[in-house]
Amino acid sequence: MEPDITEDQEFFAETTRKYLEDKADVTTLRGLRHDPLGYDPAYWRQGCELGWTSLLVGEDDGGGSISGEGVVDLSLVAFEFGRHAAPGPLLATNAVAMALSRAGTPEQKGDVLAGILSGDVVASWAVAEPRPNDRLGAVAMPARRDGEGWSLEGTKLAVEAGGSAQQFLVSARTDDGLTQFLVPADAPGLTVRPMESVDLTRRFAALHFDGVKVAGSAVVGEVGGAADDVARQLRLVNVLQCAEMVGAMDKAMEITVDWAFNRYSFGRPLASYQALKHRFADMKTWLEASHGLADGAARAVQDDAADADELVSSAKAYIGHYGPELCHECVQMHGGIGVTFDHDLHLYLRRVTLDAVLFGTVTDHRLRLADILEARDETEGAA
Amino acid sequence: MSDEAAMETVEEFRARARAFIQEHIPMATLPQAPGQESDEEELADVARNRELQRLMFDGGLAGIIVPKEYGGQGLTPEHARVLNEEMAGRAYPHRFQVPTFTPCMAVILEFGTEEQKRKHVPAILRGEEIWMQMLSEPSGGSDVAGAQTSAVRDGDEWVLNGSKIWTTGAWWADWALCLARTNWDVPKHRGLTVFMVPFNTPGIEMHRIEMLNGSKEFCQEFLTDVRIPDSYRIGDVDDGWTVGIRWMFHERSLHNSPYVLRPAGARFLGEAEGRGSGLMSLAIRAGRRDDPLARELVGEAHALSAASTHLARRLPKLMAARKVTDQAASMGRLMAGMVSRRTTTIRWQLSGATAGAWTEDDHAVGSHGIGFLMRQTGEIAGGTTEMARNVVAERVLGMPRERTLDRDVAFREVPKGPPAS
Repeated sequence: MEPDITEDQEFFAETTRKYLEDKADVTTLRGLRHDPLGYDPAYWRQGCELGWTSLLVGEDDGGGSISGEGVVDLSLVAFEFGRHAAPGPLLATNAVAMALSRAGTPEQKGDVLAGILSGDVVASWAVAEPRPNDRLGAVAMPARRDGEGWSLEGTKLAVEAGGSAQQFLVSARTDDGLTQFLVPADAPGLTVRPMESVDLTRRFAALHFDGVKVAGSAVVGEVGGAADDVARQLRLVNVLQCAEMVGAMDKAMEITVDWAFNRYSFGRPLASYQALKHRFADMKTWLEASHGLADGAARAVQDDAADADELVSSAKAYIGHYGPELCHECVQMHGGIGVTFDHDLHLYLRRVTLDAVLFGTVTDHRLRLADILEARDETEGAA
Repeated sequence: MSDEAAMETVEEFRARARAFIQEHIPMATLPQAPGQESDEEELADVARNRELQRLMFDGGLAGIIVPKEYGGQGLTPEHARVLNEEMAGRAYPHRFQVPTFTPCMAVILEFGTEEQKRKHVPAILRGEEIWMQMLSEPSGGSDVAGAQTSAVRDGDEWVLNGSKIWTTGAWWADWALCLARTNWDVPKHRGLTVFMVPFNTPGIEMHRIEMLNGSKEFCQEFLTDVRIPDSYRIGDVDDGWTVGIRWMFHERSLHNSPYVLRPAGARFLGEAEGRGSGLMSLAIRAGRRDDPLARELVGEAHALSAASTHLARRLPKLMAARKVTDQAASMGRLMAGMVSRRTTTIRWQLSGATAGAWTEDDHAVGSHGIGFLMRQTGEIAGGTTEMARNVVAERVLGMPRERTLDRDVAFREVPKGPPAS
């Protein structure tokens, strides 16, 4: 990640790094393969004590970051998550924490946000929907007025930690526009069905809302006014995915360079073959460019820069393509051993393959870039 | 010490530069793409460049970091950066920057004798001498130290024979730095010497190379018994590689060198076009505004350009923090090549059948067909991506060096192909 982070930030990242080295080693990861939660709640709570869920929460609400750069700090955590293919609902929980800290009512903050900070409550963001509403940022699920409250009807997919979350932040569409609701997992009419996933430890669920009734006090922010919030949350999760993918790429590359030096064929190390050296040079260049882009996107989101959407989509479009490419090249360099369960490479391949497609595929983000460029050309042409 | 105390502050310099620039330096006009201007237009532009350089010199704005005794301003890179800011949007002598100021003038300043520096550096800064590099040879592009152009001593003179290639604009330039072989009985790096060669010396035959797109910006020189005095030699005999290493360094630093004027916002040849600019308008011009396949290509190219930009920002930070070797700069070169290849292909794809045959009205779209024919220049010019890949693998990742057959062997004994024509 950034070569010019402060000593405080380096120390902060180091703390998470050491914790993950200790608690999220590859044996532990393999042990979680069939675990319904995919993580140990005690592990998650202790991680929350290290600050995993507090960086985007205001100090008044009990959060904060030493550097004052919560998004950058959290991207450092996400990078370490990638390097360790670490378990735990990092992305979705932070999206909810940020949303509640910005727009939650005192009750929502007291009941839910405090629990997220301590790690006792897991909350997840429910935004993605089934085809054909599965493209980046598309939200079609309706929320209708029902007396003093609201009625939700429809399906949300790929909800991270859907099986263990006690609360969901649900993005839905009202007559007034996008609106977000805080819905408890035990709400009548809400069915949670586990989904299968490419990742070893990250769990997802499908949420079916069959006329789920929530009170007016469940609204987070303004009725019909959540478009900016949803966009902000999307920027955040994509920045975190990018940082996580770069972490996973970094680790896969490290393993594979090491392999190339130590694996001998025909009396020579793999690292001595020019045909392979040139591919390693490409991979190293993709990796460093990905580092640079992930940092640039985190910085832009941190600063709420005018071009934050553009940078985030550039980062996701590039890293979402070259992350899986790099990891597959690593597999190829290993040969048959690289596609076995016993080898560690698939842990990182899984993580990039997951992050590359959720919250907007490479194609989605490329198309959004075209939209952004077209809008800009028109603005500049009109000026 | 007294000199330092008297040095113009950056803000004093800025005020002085601004006043002069606003009064004397015209605004920039859109430059012709190389290869699209006629010889007459090119010569006229060279003459304008000489006048502009003279104007900068008379205004005390030439050679910002060059010592005063050689006609410069004796200031700092920070002053040079300020001049770049103040020159934003202005016409400037772009033909002098590379290779005249860097690497040529930089090499003369570093290795030239007092007499050589006093003769050439002020002349360069006055706009009187445009320099080129006689470096590559037809027998080998990337293997610079394998130069076969020979220089043989004859009393106080040297006699040069051989051929140099890829000198830009040699047909209107004045002087060149030339790397030649002076000793064939030692390993290749130990038998080279650097000379200053005036292009009007008898025995130099100039051939203009026509590129496949019709451009004639490059030249090849054939040297037959070219006689130059020993006083034109730079550095010691057979020690040319010492000079050569710094020469390459200055060449690589290109537009980032403090010797070079780079008005803020000016774009340079071969530089990635920022922000996917032009690609969306190309898609629209080619009638593909609503084609999602075209729009995805536009987005892909934009992401590549952003990746290249952010890598270029990251590498100097890593190098400054000593987290990687300076050789990591080769990743920037490799990235630029990879991005150029794909982006050129995307332009071609967006242009559709029009890139195969086009009417006069459709030239803006159709010309991407010609652009596509030249695609590989982005992976060749300035050092091939294959060389960059070797450097990244060997110097950055520390992988074993390729086996070579020219180490610790007299250059005479090194296997060579048949003489190139």
